Amino acid sequence: MEHLIEFRDIYKIYHMGDSDVHALDGVSLTVDQGEFVAIVGQSGSGKSTAMNIIGCLDVPTSGSYLLAGIDVSTMDDDQQAEIRNKMLGFIFQQYNLIAKLSVQENVELPLLYAGVSAEERRARAARALERVGLADKRKNLPSQLSGGQQQRVSIARALAGDPSVILADEPTGALDSRTGREVLAFLQQLNAEGNTVILITHDNSIAVKARRIVRLQDGRVIYDGPSDDPRAVVQPEEQEEAAV
Amino acid sequence: MNFTQSFRLALKSLSTSKMRSLLTMLGIIIGVAAVIIITSLGHGMQVYMNEQFESLGSNQVDAMILGDNDSSRHVDIEDMFALVERYPQYLSGVTPEIRAPLTVRHGADEFTRTTVKGVSETYYSVERGTSMNGEKLAKGRFLSYVDAQRQQSVCVVGAYLEREAFGGSALGKSLTLSGVPFTVVGVMDECADVTEGSGDDVVYLPYTQAVRLSGTTSSEYLFAATSRETAPAAKGLVERELFKIFQDSDRYVVLTAAEMMDAMNTMLDLLMTILTLIAALSLLVGGIGIMNIMLVSVTERTREIGIRKSLGAKPKNIRWQFVIEAGTTSAIGGVLGIGLGILAANLLTWILSMVLGSENSFRAVPTLSGILVAFGVSVAIGVLFGYLPANKAAKLNPIDALRYE
Repeated sequence: MEHLIEFRDIYKIYHMGDSDVHALDGVSLTVDQGEFVAIVGQSGSGKSTAMNIIGCLDVPTSGSYLLAGIDVSTMDDDQQAEIRNKMLGFIFQQYNLIAKLSVQENVELPLLYAGVSAEERRARAARALERVGLADKRKNLPSQLSGGQQQRVSIARALAGDPSVILADEPTGALDSRTGREVLAFLQQLNAEGNTVILITHDNSIAVKARRIVRLQDGRVIYDGPSDDPRAVVQPEEQEEAAV
Repeated sequence: MNFTQSFRLALKSLSTSKMRSLLTMLGIIIGVAAVIIITSLGHGMQVYMNEQFESLGSNQVDAMILGDNDSSRHVDIEDMFALVERYPQYLSGVTPEIRAPLTVRHGADEFTRTTVKGVSETYYSVERGTSMNGEKLAKGRFLSYVDAQRQQSVCVVGAYLEREAFGGSALGKSLTLSGVPFTVVGVMDECADVTEGSGDDVVYLPYTQAVRLSGTTSSEYLFAATSRETAPAAKGLVERELFKIFQDSDRYVVLTAAEMMDAMNTMLDLLMTILTLIAALSLLVGGIGIMNIMLVSVTERTREIGIRKSLGAKPKNIRWQFVIEAGTTSAIGGVLGIGLGILAANLLTWILSMVLGSENSFRAVPTLSGILVAFGVSVAIGVLFGYLPANKAAKLNPIDALRYE
């Protein structure tokens, strides 16, 4: 069966002065339709680079990335923009809503770039806002909402385009623990409804909400398996100690 | 992402910082207003001059004899009259314009700077009510055919002489020209500022008298063609006659009123083009102002650009958004500038009518073509100068833009 996401031996190398930094050092992994995967790692582990490549915001130095069977690692800017628009829904730590646009207009944005008619945009945005329980706030500006509400708007925006993959980058990082739990519960619910969700985080307590964990360290995959396996949440140092 | 959406978005983003938008537009506003004012003045001046020419008679043909008169070849006044009689379908009349160096006296007063002109009855058209130089008759009558034929000692005086020599009532009184008494039969209306040596300090006498008293002959002839349409043909006839006399086309110049008007209009057009270009320089400065503020705006909105890109905006969508925003800024500036320009042109017209008198017909009229060109140029400048910042925005790397603080 064809994987939804497939990394084949991906390297991402940054040139820093004289030395090369291997942000991703030969990563291979696959994600299938309907999975809920957390990509975990400390800062510098390469998880952000992995997320950028999955999100078609960046291209690998070598190796190939297949999204729904299409090799996107060699695509140009316009084609990548189209993939982002049609297949990916982003949820960011800082919500990344546009301050001068209303909630409704923010949610309509991906549909606007997809060339959807005004009428259909309005209807689909309204449906997406209803799903996150913010239908009554559609005329408000983002600044008039609480952090949790803003993050729900950004989830609605990610859902509006009906993407194949929902990519959440530290979605709870800016929220208090209660609203953070609500957002995570919502992501779990989306996954239960059949959506593929990829969560990027440094926090084990959040990563365990996913069904599968991929742990990165120094650009390499050091664990890839179910989240309920005890090894999934063990810090690398502890692993080394355990080995001794 | 179509045009109306981009336009609405641009308006929204301009309205979020009104003061900055207004200051950005100021260069364009001033530039467009300057262009409108200058083209209005130019157009008004053209209309005014053409009206003046019309009142002089668009059917007029002027012949000037150049060089010394002492050679064996010279123009006999009667030859010119004969020419008019030979071609009545083209020429309806002619007057010599003799500047006679005669001393003007009234009682003990001598008027040394007064212009004395010998003319025929054709000089003043009764039906049009003006002379060939645009003066009007105030009182009495102008010189007649009989006056010239019988060498009558009658004259018409200008407004200055009437006031200074006759205390305001000259009709029927007399003055002397080189000792010969002349009776005043008419007074011309004010045509200048009624001062010594001006166009109002003038005496007209029958050309036959001017020749007899001064011994000079005429070096200028003013022909009246039968109509505006026959003026070019009439000019040809006069030229042919003068060539027959002089055998040298450098000895005379013949111009129709239409040609003089054209020459004047060409000069005015050139002048206006130069002035408009100078005014347009401030449009250029305005364009640079827009570019500057758009570059700032792109930097400030780096994160927004990153968000839009992450949601699927293509480089061309971003470029289009910023170009439209720059174009909208300059277009609004253009509209405000047009308003300001029209207001200023009307104000100028009002001030000029106050200064020059209300019967003065000068009006600074904004032209539709001037307005359209000013608007078009301002939009074009916005788009042109907005392109560089827009392109910068379009080329931003989405990750860097998203992480920008």
